[in-house]
Amino acid sequence: MSDTTPLAAQGAGIGRSGRVALWARGMRRALVPVLTVVAVLVAFWYLACIPMNAGAAVQQAARADIAVSPESAAERRQMGGLALALRNPGVAVAGAFGQERARLPAPHQVAAELWSGVAGQSVTSNRSLVYHAWVTLSATLLGFVFGTGLGIALAVGIVHSRVMDMSVMPWAIVSQTVPIIAIAPMIIVVLYSVGIQGIVPKAIISAYLSFFPVVVGMVKGLRSPDAMQLDLLSTYGASARQVFFKLRLPASMPYLFASLKIGIAASLVGAIVGELPTGASAGLGARLLAGSYYGQTEQIWAALLAATVLAAACVGALGAVERVLLGRMGMRT
Amino acid sequence: MLLVSLALVLWAGAWWMNARLATGPARDSAAVRAAVPLIFGATLLALWELGVRGLDVPMVILPAPSVIAATFAGRLPTLWEDFVQTFLKGALSGYVIGCAAAVAVAIVADRFAFLRRGLLPVGNFMAALPIVGTAPILVMWFGFDWQSKAAVVVVMVFFPMLVNTVAGLADTGSMQRDLMRTYGAGYLQTLVKLRLPAAMPFIFNGLKICTTLALIGAIVAEFFGSPIRGVGFRISTSVGQLALDMVWAEIAVAAIAGTLFYGAIAALEKRVTFWHPSHRS
Repeated sequence: MSDTTPLAAQGAGIGRSGRVALWARGMRRALVPVLTVVAVLVAFWYLACIPMNAGAAVQQAARADIAVSPESAAERRQMGGLALALRNPGVAVAGAFGQERARLPAPHQVAAELWSGVAGQSVTSNRSLVYHAWVTLSATLLGFVFGTGLGIALAVGIVHSRVMDMSVMPWAIVSQTVPIIAIAPMIIVVLYSVGIQGIVPKAIISAYLSFFPVVVGMVKGLRSPDAMQLDLLSTYGASARQVFFKLRLPASMPYLFASLKIGIAASLVGAIVGELPTGASAGLGARLLAGSYYGQTEQIWAALLAATVLAAACVGALGAVERVLLGRMGMRT
Repeated sequence: MLLVSLALVLWAGAWWMNARLATGPARDSAAVRAAVPLIFGATLLALWELGVRGLDVPMVILPAPSVIAATFAGRLPTLWEDFVQTFLKGALSGYVIGCAAAVAVAIVADRFAFLRRGLLPVGNFMAALPIVGTAPILVMWFGFDWQSKAAVVVVMVFFPMLVNTVAGLADTGSMQRDLMRTYGAGYLQTLVKLRLPAAMPFIFNGLKICTTLALIGAIVAEFFGSPIRGVGFRISTSVGQLALDMVWAEIAVAAIAGTLFYGAIAALEKRVTFWHPSHRS
C-alpha cells in the first residue's frame, strides 16, 4: 500500500484499525530516514576507528615482527593516524576493531561492554551499570522533584505578584547565564563539611538546573488564558483562587510538560556532573571519571550510552504521562 | 544577633520599597524597571554579608561577599589568565566552530527533505542527552590544552543549534514563498533573501541557549584534565585547598563572562531582527 492511499479507501482498513494504519504510516515516514541517518552514523563510527586506532594497531604489528611502512618507531609517532592508516592499510584495518583500551572503541565493543555491564553482573554489584544508573537516577529524580516544585511555586508567585515578577525574574535569568556547574564541586564539598553527603548535594545541583525551564514554561502557561476567558470567569464572579484552579492551572499543562521534558534532561546532566568533582564511588559520572583515569575507553562509552538510555527513558516516560493526562483533560493528544 | 535582626529589617524594608515602586505611579518607567531587580540583588548580597557575620558562619563554608570581592581584586592577573584560557580560547572558539557547522548542516538538511526527516529526530534526541559526558573522551583525543575544551563545546552546541536553525528555515509562509517564485527567484536567492532572514529569530534563540552551554562545556572539560590555568582547573584545585573565596571569585568571573556573552548576543539579535514583533513593542 503506498503512502498516499487514503485511510478511507476501499480495503485500506482490512486487517488493521485506522489507528494502527496511521501509526504505521507515520512510522514509515519517520523511521526510514531516521534509521538511514543512524546507519550512516554507525558506519562513520566504524570508519573512524581505522585512523583513530591506526597508531596502536601499527605498533602492535611492529612488535609482532610484521613489516610496517615507516620502520622507526619515532618516525611513526610523528605521523597522524590517517597517514599511518593509508601507508599500512592491511594492518590498520585488521587491528582497528578489536583493541583493548582503543582510542575509539568500535560500536560492537561498546555494545558488548554495555551488555556485560547490564546483564553480566548482579544488580547490586558495583560493576553493574544498572546499579550505577540507579544511583544517578535517584539523585536525578529527587532533584527534579525539588526543582519542579520550586519552579512551579516561583511561577505562581511571579504570575500573581508584580513585585516578584519585576524583582525575581531578571535574577532567575541571570542565574542561568552563570555556569552553575562551576559551583557543583563547592556545593558538594561544603555540604560534606557540614555532614550532608550522598544523594542530597547531587540533587541540589539537579534541582538548580531543572528549576529554570519550569519557571519560564509555567509563567508562560499560567499567562496563556486570553482576556476573553478571564473575562468570562470574572462575569461568573470567580475568585482569584477559582480562576487559578479552574482556568490558569489546566491551561498551563501543555507548557508544563514541555518544560518538564527539558528539566529532567538538565537534571540528569546535573546529577552526572555532581558526581565528577568529588571522585564519587558510584554513579554514571563516577564511571566516566574512573574510565578516564584508567584509560578504559569502553567503560566511558558504555557509561555514556547508559546515560543516553536513561535520558531517553525519562523523557519518554514524561511524554507518556503527558499524552494520557492531556488526553483525559480533552486537550490534543 | 544584632546583625541578623538588622538583616531581617533590611529585607523587609527593601521588599516594602520594591512593592511601592512596582505598584506605584511610575511603575512602567525604565528607571523603576531597572531599579527593582537591582534593589533585590543588592538586598540579597547585604543579607548574605550580614547573615554570615551575624551567625559566625566559618569562612571555610561560606565566605562573605566582601571577602570574595577582596580576593577578586587581589588576584586579578590570575583571574584574567583563567578567563583567557577558558573563555576566549576554549569556549569562544568552540562556540563559533560549533554554531557555524550547525547552521551549515541545517541548510544542507533543509535542502533535502529525506535528510531533514532523518536528522531532526536524531538531533532532537541528541540535544536532550548529557553530552558533557563526552568530555573525558574528547580530552583523551585532543590533549589537555584548550583544543579539547573547544571540541567539547563544539559537540555541546551543535545539536541545539541544528534543531533551532532547521525549525527557523521552515518558518516561512507559503504566500511568502509564492511571492519569491513570482519574482523568478532561484533556490539560492530565496534562501539568502527570504528564508535565512526569516530564520534569524530561531537562529538567535539557538545562539543564546548555546552561550551558557559553551561556558559549561569548557569548564566541565577542565575537570578531566587541563594545563595549570583555566576557570574549571582553578575551581577544582581551590576546592581541594578549601580556598572557597577563590572559588567564588572564579564563579563571579564565569557569571560576568556568561552574562556579558549572553547580553552581547541579545544586543546583536535586537539589531538583526528589529522587524520581529517581540522587538517592535
